[in-house]
Amino acid sequence: MPRTVMPGDTITREARRAGDNVLLDGDTLVSTAVGIVNVSDDTVSVIPLSGKYMPRADDLVVGMVISHTSQAWELDINAPYVGFLLATDVFGRDFASHADELTSKLALGDLVAARVANFDRTRDPLITIDDRDLGKIDSGELVKMAPGKVSSLIGRQGSMIQAIETATDAAVTIGQNGWAAVSCESADGLLRAKRAIGVIDQWAYSPGLMDRVKSALGHGGG
Amino acid sequence: MGGRETDMVLLDANGIRCDGRRVDEPRRIMIRAGVLHNANGSAYIEFGDNKIVAGVFGPRDVHPKHQSNAETGILRVRYHMQPYSVTERKRPAPSRREIEISKVIKEALLPAVMLERFPRTAVDVFVEILQADGGSRCAALDAAAVALADAGIPMRDMVSACAAGKVADTIVLDINNEEDQAGQADMPVAIMPNSGQVTLLQLDGVLTRDEYRKCIETGIAGCRLVYDIQKRALAERHFKGAGQ
Repeated sequence: MPRTVMPGDTITREARRAGDNVLLDGDTLVSTAVGIVNVSDDTVSVIPLSGKYMPRADDLVVGMVISHTSQAWELDINAPYVGFLLATDVFGRDFASHADELTSKLALGDLVAARVANFDRTRDPLITIDDRDLGKIDSGELVKMAPGKVSSLIGRQGSMIQAIETATDAAVTIGQNGWAAVSCESADGLLRAKRAIGVIDQWAYSPGLMDRVKSALGHGGG
Repeated sequence: MGGRETDMVLLDANGIRCDGRRVDEPRRIMIRAGVLHNANGSAYIEFGDNKIVAGVFGPRDVHPKHQSNAETGILRVRYHMQPYSVTERKRPAPSRREIEISKVIKEALLPAVMLERFPRTAVDVFVEILQADGGSRCAALDAAAVALADAGIPMRDMVSACAAGKVADTIVLDINNEEDQAGQADMPVAIMPNSGQVTLLQLDGVLTRDEYRKCIETGIAGCRLVYDIQKRALAERHFKGAGQ
């Protein structure tokens, strides 16, 4: 059974290193979030069950275009800061702000699979689509979950997401920021995939999660 | 000393108060976390006849930009009473009292919220009083703290609040509206329950030194009762079937 904690709860007084969402107060490790305690090697951290995504370089994220300037798009990436996607990333080095219209490539509300290029809190995160399999997501519905539950959606070696994709014929692009784009040719498959992701968001880290997901996918728990 | 003239028996010979409670008994408290879909975090509290919703957004971009701080995030709190929350229609514009309570709630939450982790951002807390019944600032603070934890904003500790006061020359826990109007003193207290630090302490009325000490102890005992209920609300929302 995972150990659950809330802000202010003492996790341990043992000499361990404080990881994410853990505060060292004197000789006590204290949780700063509602979440699950995770101990690996010498470090104690708390996996938060709610909250926003804190950008980290190289993370894959799913973002939504919310605005643009003459040089870059601004993307909502479920973080405290907006992500900036430079126009040169999409148009190439020939980009000229007076000639190229940004909305011709990415319009408001478009979903984008991107990678965090860098981020250090003093500036807004810079994101890039300059890589294989990145770029505009042409068809897909946005499904939101807590970033801390993304690992449950992926499952051990991708088992959970594979189960969902196989059962529904849906294609799911998962961002580390807790946003996923789900596309499926059949409406029924899309509905079942979304329902399964909703179940994971609600029951992540509970025993018997796979059974609940299977029943949401219409497999009757078998 | 203090309080409005009233015919009501605030405390009878058996130590029972006007609403049937003992002197150390709080009103019925119910908290539910995650009641709003569109806010990042939310909570609903019923504290006696108080009915309050709190919604939290953030950390997010600061608008207007000049309020943003490159060193840390900022916390903004709005405490607002609905026109129908009191018996006479309340004008919806923020009153002096609402501005003051917004300020004290913000200052009571600030020591707990780790805003330094999110420079250049704002965390916004909106508290709506749907029905008021005395002690609404404490109840609002309790709901706001649960909503912040529900939103996943890093916090050093929870914040729990409860009022104590003096009624018929006796120190009592959690004074209601009648006791507030006709009683002799009202002392809202908020603490960070694990560290024991006091984050809100106000006093309206006159107390002796001993009464003051007893009043603050009573208030803190009330805060600890509230803390258990806050934790239960968060557990119900986030730990369905998981963990301990």
